[in-house]
Amino acid sequence: MAAGIRDKVAILGMGCSKFGERWDAGPEDLMVEAYLEAMQDAGIEPTQLDAAWFSTHIDEVGTGKGGTPMSLALRLPNIAVTRVENFCAGGSEAFRGAVYAVASGAADIAIALGVEKLKDTGYGGLPTGQAGTLLPQVSPNGSAPGNFAQLASAYRAKHGVSRDDLKRAIAHVSVKSHANGAKNPKAHLQKPVTEEQVLNAPMIAEPLGLFDCCGVSDGAAAAIVTTPEIARSLGKRNLTTVKALQLAVSNGMESQYNGWDGSYFHTARIAASKAYREAGIERPREQISMMEVHDCFSVTELVTMEDLHISAEGQGWKDVMNGFYDADGQIPCQIDGGLKCFGHPIGASGLRMLYEMYLQLQGRAGERQLSNPVFGMTHNLGGSPSTNVCSVAIVGQEGA
Amino acid sequence: MVGIAAWGAYVPRLRLSRKAAASANAWIAPGLMGKAKGERSMANWDEDALTMAVEAARDVLGPDDDRSHVRGLWFASSTAPFSDRLNAGIISAALTLDRAAASADVSGSQRCGLTALAQGLNAVKAGAVSCGLVTVGEHRRARAASTQELDFGDGAAAFMLAEKDLVAEFLGHGSCTADFVDHFRGADAEFDYHWEERWIRDEGIVKLVPPAVEAALKKAGLGSDQVTHFCFPSTFGGMAATLAKRLGIPASAVRDNLAGVMGEAGAAHGPVLLAHALDEARPGDIILVAQFGQGAEALIFRVTDRIDQARPARGVVGSLADRKEETNYLKFLFFNGLVEWDRGMRAEKDNKTALTTLYRNEDQILGLVGGKCRETGVVQYPRTRISVAPNAFAVDTQDPYRFAERKASVTTYSADFLTYSMSPPNHYGTIDFEGGGRIFMDITDVEQGDVDTGLPVKMVFRLKETDEKRGFRRYYWKAAPDRAARTQPAALAAE
Repeated sequence: MAAGIRDKVAILGMGCSKFGERWDAGPEDLMVEAYLEAMQDAGIEPTQLDAAWFSTHIDEVGTGKGGTPMSLALRLPNIAVTRVENFCAGGSEAFRGAVYAVASGAADIAIALGVEKLKDTGYGGLPTGQAGTLLPQVSPNGSAPGNFAQLASAYRAKHGVSRDDLKRAIAHVSVKSHANGAKNPKAHLQKPVTEEQVLNAPMIAEPLGLFDCCGVSDGAAAAIVTTPEIARSLGKRNLTTVKALQLAVSNGMESQYNGWDGSYFHTARIAASKAYREAGIERPREQISMMEVHDCFSVTELVTMEDLHISAEGQGWKDVMNGFYDADGQIPCQIDGGLKCFGHPIGASGLRMLYEMYLQLQGRAGERQLSNPVFGMTHNLGGSPSTNVCSVAIVGQEGA
Repeated sequence: MVGIAAWGAYVPRLRLSRKAAASANAWIAPGLMGKAKGERSMANWDEDALTMAVEAARDVLGPDDDRSHVRGLWFASSTAPFSDRLNAGIISAALTLDRAAASADVSGSQRCGLTALAQGLNAVKAGAVSCGLVTVGEHRRARAASTQELDFGDGAAAFMLAEKDLVAEFLGHGSCTADFVDHFRGADAEFDYHWEERWIRDEGIVKLVPPAVEAALKKAGLGSDQVTHFCFPSTFGGMAATLAKRLGIPASAVRDNLAGVMGEAGAAHGPVLLAHALDEARPGDIILVAQFGQGAEALIFRVTDRIDQARPARGVVGSLADRKEETNYLKFLFFNGLVEWDRGMRAEKDNKTALTTLYRNEDQILGLVGGKCRETGVVQYPRTRISVAPNAFAVDTQDPYRFAERKASVTTYSADFLTYSMSPPNHYGTIDFEGGGRIFMDITDVEQGDVDTGLPVKMVFRLKETDEKRGFRRYYWKAAPDRAARTQPAALAAE
């Protein structure tokens, strides 16, 4: 078995643009915003960057294909820029590429940046589109909420949870994230909501109402990584290091084989188990300090709590209702507001999650600061419940 | 002897209340209120003449998905979706018929359904085809607030023709051709243009149908008084009775033309009335079916002792029993493309179909054929070179496996209000099949609240999308509630 990534790479600096309906900014502006913050945080010059990884998903309405949009926007010194795309998990992929480059010794300092400009489509929600020429001839004309809502019907059937109980549990997921987002000046949505508001919102895709769906936002986030030794030589102390980076990808078992019941993420379970092993974590429910998970929809977050082996199977909805994942709970989840309120500029989201974990571990999270976090976990999902890529990353204090 | 070995039918589940339609238009056409009785069948937005013909054919063929015995296919309709693309070819692919079977589209007049039936019977009689399948579907359009809108209906009927195991022996056929233009629809026209009713009745039907009927009776060696079922579709009240009287057919033999419960399904209506007669026939009955259209076509059958053993699962009687009243006339207008409505930006996506991809995956898309692994026994959709069975890595081990006739149920679903749909909310989900395999697919013929986990469903052949820019229609399979198999799902009992 491979030795893994644990403590081989440190985060030198991070940046994140204000997320939201950025009518004022194009994708280039968003990239520059995140990049300048990260560079200032790292305390390095552009010429010190050896390589870059660039994540963006919907190139038709966003930045365009290839590595050039990032290099042009940031005037990078003709270094390698690799564009990555893995549905909504591209941000984590950019980070993985940069971290692996540093760990391999091919680069001393590498940057990962993700961006998405979604609010140039003319309508709410994500742009629609299907891949290739075969899928449009057979796949339902669905939407992201419609795909993820499928989890709810399967979860109810499997665990005997009533419609009302599940609806209230997923409502609590959103109420919690709104309360957290209200304390985040960079968040897209900064207004608390009540459970009653969530329950009575217009239906988008049964049983998901408006407040069960994350914001569709413009934004960018960036991370600069290096080795712990170089970080120290640049004067950094109390390093945040990478403990685990895992990615599991569907192979058709869920969508084409009868072994999957539709109520959970097969890939998330695999990626989480591998990540804990890589990070040396044996009791995640006790050891993980905080999490940013891919709460594209409230029900996604709920079942993910079980898939990450934090809540027991079938019990996630009870932990949610009991406040286990609230800001003052045992494992605060989406302390920055999550996709739900911080927003979901697709290509940037994985890096935005790491940004919050990094701020918390560095003690720089302001009003949201948690006391003495040790391990922060991010879960970044791309695709649909039956066909997806799932990234799980763990970062923490060096040596922990 | 040749004849009909099996029959089937399909009438769409939705029935437009004529009162609702006439009332909505009474402000501009008060005369319509005289027709505000009963209901007409109404195709769902994803149904057309071809999809209904497929469903009628499946009713004939039954649950056995080995269709190798079918050696000829005739599809008849005056509303076939394609002018130049073999419509019967789409049906053949949907039914997974042998490619070596002959196929043809028959069109051009309201009697073309019976013309196709006569051609099929003659081909079997001549020994050219051992077993022929004739399927007739019709989805007629009419202008809003017209009488045709109330008179017409949508539907299909199909017949298996053979030399043995007959339920009805073919006794004779008569034909009459005259360029009598009661109505017409030009090649590029959307709607029919009609001439005066009294002329059509007195100079057309009354004069042109009897020669065809008399020729058929003569060939059958029967007297008109021996007819026990007389099927003659017409939107004119009492037309069949008038003809019967003139021809000497007993008044008791005149069959209900189903105007009150489904309306007149154009070229499919003669075949529908024949199927309906077979539904209710007794051994020894003599069935005469005729239809008008630039002359007439007439066919005569004698029902055999096998009639009770060969009844279709649905037939016309079953189709008529499976109904849902629709009182929203606007929905009828939307489904038939009679109003320009605001579909939203999400409907702007280009539905161009890659024809190369369609052909390369013909059995997967049109036939709903997947694969079964010879080594692991795992059933999957689609068929792939490497088996989906976890960690088995079997390569090139899959035999074609048909899903369309398998029982299935809903494993996951959602009712989606966000995505563009002709009938929101759009239902779709994971459908699991008895015997294995699953497909993530659209669920049709449902309304909000109809679907839950465990719901038994059946496969139906439907329109997936229309490419309005290029005039192409995409067909695929969808799940629809198997209302006959519906039971209380165990998962719901807990609530």
